[in-house]
Amino acid sequence: MIFKIFKNFTIALTAILTFLSTFFILNISIAEEKQYFPIASSRVGPYSAMGTGYYGAQIDYMNYVNMNGGVNGVMLTWQECETEYNAVKTVECYQRLLEKDGQRIVVFDTLGTPGAYAVINRMAEDNVVLAQYGYGRTDGADGRVWPWVFNAASHYWSQIAVKMKFMAEQEGGIDKMKGKKIVHLHIDSAYGREPLPAMRSIAKDWGVTLVEISIPPPGLEQQSQWLQIRKEKPDWVTFWGAGSGMNSTAMTNAARVAFPRDRMMYVTFGAAEEDMYPAGDAAKGTYAVANALPGDNFPLVAAIKEQVYGSGKGNLADESRVGSVYWNRGLGAAVMWIEALKNAQEMHGKVGKAVTGAEFRDGYEALNMTEDRLNEIGIKGMVAPFSISCANHEGAGKFAVMQWNGEKFEQVTGWEAPLDPAYIRNLVEVSAAKFAKENNITPKTCP
Amino acid sequence: MTEFLFFIEVVVAGLLAGTMYSLVALGFVLIYKASSTFNFAQGAMVFFAVLAFVGFMELGLPFFVAFIVTILLMGLVGYCTERMVLKPLMNQSEDTLLMATIGLGFVLEGLAQAAWGVEVRRLDLGIGDFPIQWIIDTFGLFVSALDLTAGLVAAFLIIGLSLLFKYTKMGLGLRAVADDPGAASSIGIPLNNIMLLVWTAAGVVALVAGMMWGARAGVQFALVDLALKALPVLIIGGFSSIPGAIIGGLIIGASEKVLEVYIGPYFGGAIEGWAPYVLAIFFLLYRPEGLFGEKIIRRV
Repeated sequence: MIFKIFKNFTIALTAILTFLSTFFILNISIAEEKQYFPIASSRVGPYSAMGTGYYGAQIDYMNYVNMNGGVNGVMLTWQECETEYNAVKTVECYQRLLEKDGQRIVVFDTLGTPGAYAVINRMAEDNVVLAQYGYGRTDGADGRVWPWVFNAASHYWSQIAVKMKFMAEQEGGIDKMKGKKIVHLHIDSAYGREPLPAMRSIAKDWGVTLVEISIPPPGLEQQSQWLQIRKEKPDWVTFWGAGSGMNSTAMTNAARVAFPRDRMMYVTFGAAEEDMYPAGDAAKGTYAVANALPGDNFPLVAAIKEQVYGSGKGNLADESRVGSVYWNRGLGAAVMWIEALKNAQEMHGKVGKAVTGAEFRDGYEALNMTEDRLNEIGIKGMVAPFSISCANHEGAGKFAVMQWNGEKFEQVTGWEAPLDPAYIRNLVEVSAAKFAKENNITPKTCP
Repeated sequence: MTEFLFFIEVVVAGLLAGTMYSLVALGFVLIYKASSTFNFAQGAMVFFAVLAFVGFMELGLPFFVAFIVTILLMGLVGYCTERMVLKPLMNQSEDTLLMATIGLGFVLEGLAQAAWGVEVRRLDLGIGDFPIQWIIDTFGLFVSALDLTAGLVAAFLIIGLSLLFKYTKMGLGLRAVADDPGAASSIGIPLNNIMLLVWTAAGVVALVAGMMWGARAGVQFALVDLALKALPVLIIGGFSSIPGAIIGGLIIGASEKVLEVYIGPYFGGAIEGWAPYVLAIFFLLYRPEGLFGEKIIRRV
């Protein structure tokens, strides 16, 4: 009798466990629909201010998306690897992050031109999108030669063209630029020299004298460069530095030789609050450009503060940095990833499913961030509206000029395009065609 | 501006920059004098000390209290280094100690960032880094108050440390330890205390150097790289000479500026990153002990 009861109990228990485990497995398989992203961060070292803000925003946004049901139910996962903004370590991180739990990354964001140059040739082979958010190899904007590389939002050649247009406006027109002198003060690296092809070309056309002066990293000592600038007596200085040490030192050195700060224009990666604060009063008046404006009043930024930071899941230790230049730029980049993922799911009939690198690339190329779409997302005004196409991987090519008032950046202009966008585009196409010829690449035919 | 006046300005700017390098180099000299070890952690100590100082001020401590507390903290770092790194490695080769200081540098960098965060801090010493009008009017040169203060601080430290080593018991003990640790210990010189004092002194020098550099460039991780600027200074001045640190700093500062401004453009610029090392290599070839270093004579 006891044996029978025990037997029945065992059978019943087995049936219940089998049912539960089946349900559990099913449940797991539903929850297992995930999309994996790499975070090649630079949280320590001289470039930490940039890395913590930028990558912190990407993680905050992915947390926010997950807290709101993921991307059509697909939950986002990620893994970090520290590059210290070092090209060699970026390659190492790329290799380390390439696959996780059998899933391959679909996008890679080095947040550094040297790192981008180090991995760029692997993208097509590995089926991974290289998303250069306003940095990196400029002629990657020609999607016919570089189908896996994107410069959205807006590359360095458009950036320098917008700056020169602003200078011309300040001087009273392009005809007034003839005979003017511009010093391009830059870090001695591929990143520092990246805008030069466009800059030399425009300077030649306008009759501007261009003087190129480089700074060895880390750039805490720039007296010789600023003495040369004092001797040259330029009308403008375009500064292309990296790391808060170099960026803030340039302003203190400008003050030491009494060069007016409202004649200096900073690169996007030198134009953050963390670059300005250390220079104190010396920073006041400095111009900079932005491809993602700072501010925490944008609805999406406010929502992340409320939901992600409100629940203690925020990535930044200092919540006051949410809405800063680097954080908002990281948010802009992450929004593009997620929009591309949505596009990819819809384009390839995989709504609610993870996508492959090739599918994600298609989704990225189909990005159409109209004013209305930016408004729906909650970042209208933070970035310029743009769209990507098969041939044009840059997007808007627009920047807003800002000026540091001693405490924060004030927006000086709206979203400005180069004076002649077709001229810049032509430079990109010539450069990309040259690369294609040298490397026996047959450019893709775009509709 | 005449070409000659510009040349003078380049040289003066170089000399003033050189005093800033000397401040960093002094910390290396102190450790080297005591243990014949090149302390690779000195750059990290500069970063650690000044970040802690600014951190204490952010916690609400007044300037002088924060300064004293940081000195005590650097004493604690010196104590821990003596107990946990130097003592266990006593009688090991100089190479072993060198490797240990590299490790110590990583530990200090990590600790500083973990404790105070990675954000760049502003350090306002109340000394302007703007050109002094009187000097512009009188000499036509652009020199800031911070430049002059750095020069005075370097001079004060060098005089103070030289007197300390020459005329005090501690200095005598230190020189004895540097010459022969075994013999010094056998005649009752407290080796541990000497080491503790030297590392604390190096910590104080690191704090002062960090304050000067932090006031100009902000308190941030890049200060760690200042060690790279000090290396050619030490090769030229001599690893064990306090006056050598200042002379080496002045030579490096002035020569790198002159080379950058007049020769740099022919090499595409940015040569001051490596030009001091080229100069240092020449010194190594013809005077390996540096200008003021002790000549090492070994029995073959």
